[in-house]
Amino acid sequence: MTPMNSSDITALLPLILITATAVVVMIAAAIRRSHAVAAVLTLLGLAITFASLWYVSPLAPRQVGPLLTIDGYSLFYTGLIVAATAAVVVLSYGYFERQTEHREELYILILVAVLGSMVLVASDHFISFFLGLEILSIALYALNAYLRDRALPLEAGIKYLILAAASAAFLLFGMAFIYAELGTMQFTRIASLMLGGSNLDQPVLVAGLALIITGFGFKLALVPFHLWTPDIYEGAPAPVTAFVATVSKGAMFALLLRYFYTISIRRFDSIFLVLAIIAVASMIAGNVLALLQNNVKRILAYSSIAHMGYVLVAFLAGGAMGAQAVTFYLVAYFITTLGAFGVVTVLSPSDRDADRLEDYTGLFWRRPALGSILTLMLLSLAGIPLTAGFFGKFYIVAAGASSAIWGLIIVLVLTSVVGLYYYLRVVVAIFSAPEAAAEELPLLPVPASSGIILGVLGLLLVWLGVYPGYLLGIVTTAVRSITH
Amino acid sequence: MILLWLIGIPLAAGILAWMFARWSDLAARWISLLSTILCFALSLGLWRRYAGEAHLLSNGKWFIEVNAIWIPQLGIHFHLAMDGLSLLMVALTFLLGIMSVLTSWREIKQGVGFFHLNLMWILAGIVGVFLAVDLFLFYFAWELMLVPMYFLIAVWGHERRTYAAVKFFIFTQACGLLMLISILALYLIHHSETGVYTFEYKDLLGTSMAPHTAFLIMLGFFIGFAVKLPMFPLHPWLPDAHTQAPTAGSVILAGLLLKTGAYGLIRFVIPLFPQASHQFAPVAMTLAVIGIIYGAVMAFAQTDLKRLVAYTSVSHLGFVLLGIYAWNDLALQGALISMICHGISTGSLFMLVGQLQERTHTREMGKLGGLWATIPRMSGVAMFFAMGSMGLPGLGDFVGEFLVLLGTYKAGFTGWAIAATIGVLFSTLYALRFIQRAYHGPNTNHWSIPDLAAREVIIYVPMMAILLWLGLYPQLVLRTFQPAMRNLQRSASNRQSFEAANR
Repeated sequence: MTPMNSSDITALLPLILITATAVVVMIAAAIRRSHAVAAVLTLLGLAITFASLWYVSPLAPRQVGPLLTIDGYSLFYTGLIVAATAAVVVLSYGYFERQTEHREELYILILVAVLGSMVLVASDHFISFFLGLEILSIALYALNAYLRDRALPLEAGIKYLILAAASAAFLLFGMAFIYAELGTMQFTRIASLMLGGSNLDQPVLVAGLALIITGFGFKLALVPFHLWTPDIYEGAPAPVTAFVATVSKGAMFALLLRYFYTISIRRFDSIFLVLAIIAVASMIAGNVLALLQNNVKRILAYSSIAHMGYVLVAFLAGGAMGAQAVTFYLVAYFITTLGAFGVVTVLSPSDRDADRLEDYTGLFWRRPALGSILTLMLLSLAGIPLTAGFFGKFYIVAAGASSAIWGLIIVLVLTSVVGLYYYLRVVVAIFSAPEAAAEELPLLPVPASSGIILGVLGLLLVWLGVYPGYLLGIVTTAVRSITH
Repeated sequence: MILLWLIGIPLAAGILAWMFARWSDLAARWISLLSTILCFALSLGLWRRYAGEAHLLSNGKWFIEVNAIWIPQLGIHFHLAMDGLSLLMVALTFLLGIMSVLTSWREIKQGVGFFHLNLMWILAGIVGVFLAVDLFLFYFAWELMLVPMYFLIAVWGHERRTYAAVKFFIFTQACGLLMLISILALYLIHHSETGVYTFEYKDLLGTSMAPHTAFLIMLGFFIGFAVKLPMFPLHPWLPDAHTQAPTAGSVILAGLLLKTGAYGLIRFVIPLFPQASHQFAPVAMTLAVIGIIYGAVMAFAQTDLKRLVAYTSVSHLGFVLLGIYAWNDLALQGALISMICHGISTGSLFMLVGQLQERTHTREMGKLGGLWATIPRMSGVAMFFAMGSMGLPGLGDFVGEFLVLLGTYKAGFTGWAIAATIGVLFSTLYALRFIQRAYHGPNTNHWSIPDLAAREVIIYVPMMAILLWLGLYPQLVLRTFQPAMRNLQRSASNRQSFEAANR
């Protein structure tokens, strides 16, 4: 192995910058606790990291050591993660200003989680896969339980800890199977050995892949590994939920895409079938169970299960179009989820999260801007035109149709009709006449920073819905490094 | 460029109305009214300019079009185009748009700005549907008009508005998605055939495919449009949505949204899949006849006035469907006249019922009766449109239905034509019952309510004039439609002979 040289260091610049930011925030908090300083430093670090992507991109694609690969694909997802995190940080600032907790550590934890996600999207080796996953997960345990004097966040933290640990064990087991059979942990090597070897023990490989899918399934909250989702979505503080729903899932899906595209999963019929069943089950269970909820965060939790099922359909479609559809959809999903949880965040008073359906009754008439933004986000989740979600869903259906997986497409269409019903329930609440509710939410002022972020997310959503060509161009270039 | 204005003006007016409503509701109303009048004038101007240039269309050209690249990666164009058919539909859209703004003048008191935003955006969506000739753009507009309509019903509707709005939305979305799958299938087949990714209507017209595939894709389109039409048995959303919507919503639903379904069948389903449509015609026409009779019988059985008018739509659109699938000159002309007249007469009936409800706070026929003495002007107007609806000769509806029946008979569907004629009889029953129960007889409840004001009379005068004009002299409309119809028929028959030669 060749030793690292200076351009390897340059290629790792985004990772290094995030780590440095975490350290700087920690030191600043040790000198003098200040919520504003911590948030501003974090944002600054994220901004510098984002800017460094342009500096790094001429080097791509580049293999750094055996563990990481910096290519257009990983840079794109890094950018997406960093941008989403910046939104989460701004929302968190407004949210935690209303809390009495120590707040500075939150940002350190978020930065650590981002580091883990960035490792995941750049990983092409089981070791970096596992390292990234654990860095991310451990930060998330603490983030989920951050408001430790409330019961629900604590429950969420513990639940996530136990289940994530269990799923990590499955994942390791699966990796061990594959390593035992092939003697390598590098994705590309695994792929070439699998292609070449006819004398391989197929059952062991398939078992290994299946166990790895369990690990993925847990993080992405796919049925039947979804049971943690509603509780954690409900229990975790709203901005943290937004983070779990976007950054953690997005990074995991990016890795799933890279890993399974590298070993061309479509050659394994049994694995394809398993993933198809998981996708169908997720779409059905997510959409149907969401019908039964009266809590907005739980509705969004079940809807996220369904949405991961949709993305899985695009993934199973395969080919360049499938990868583009996955990536486009994830971007749309990031914006939408951040927007929806963002509204929940700014509405939440200091003692609880605004997650009951009644909290939203007449929201449009009381707060037209917030009501409109939440409505836009819900319409995007439902896949209605003028929003990014529409084009995302359209592209998934197109990708599915082009590889003729009609069964999955039909299920997608039918379940998204079911999905309409619960999105409309929330929309109906938002637009119904405001009643003199027994316990109405206090009309808290919206923090200016959060307001700006929500406005930007709304504009982005509409822009991508009306003119998706620009992002589609970027996405097409980005996924080229894994589909060639 | 003018086509862009036709969509852009309502969109902009909606936003302006919303903004200005903060200061004054009246401003919002005037902005909407003036913009719809402006657009109506623009479409009349187009008509004047192009009606005489029918020869332009002889080789399948559009009157006027706008074409720009929208999403190059997928071959999606922002392509709007207008021929005689879309011209007539657009003019109808803005005419009824003016009426809906006027009829909401007093009725809507809450959230005026947001109401007009929705109203204007529905109009923009509908115009988009009538003008789009890129299938992606078409689908985009198709879905887009649903959302503001949903809000119109859900926010300003009557007692059971939430139920009706959700039902409407889910029905149309579900079938819209089926259509999306069909559009994509067509797109991909065209790509595998020619190597070109395009959603362009004219290009896709030439796509050849296996009869079985064509039939399935056709069915997807058909169901998408048939729900809007609505065809029996896909109609259950309609009575609820029409009844619960505010008056302007009912006018637009009945007058325009239903027409988008018929328009889609004429513009897309039959020209794109002539062979499959030919096979399917007996089924579609049978369902159309069932719809005609079922709608009329159901209308006869209603006691809620709005529900009554709603069911008459099922019946009238049955005629349109029948005419479309008969696909000869007479039947198509009849279908077109029926579409326009149904928009006008049913729209007016909804406005009348709305005004009645505003004054009496009921739509129950049992609680009304004997109104003629107290409100003679309104009763007279109602009588006129009820006569139109039942197909009195001299009014437009008669011309439409007569031509459809004649065309159906000529196309060899004698049995269907006879059965549909029986439906006409039923329409007499419901129309007369409506007039008799609501306006004649003793005024048992001692209603004493104000009659139509001058402003309200002004709304009805042009509508009555148009119905009479179409009833007596429909040639001008038919002449505008003629070249468009020839083109549609030619593309359908080209394909048919092409496929026959291929066998």
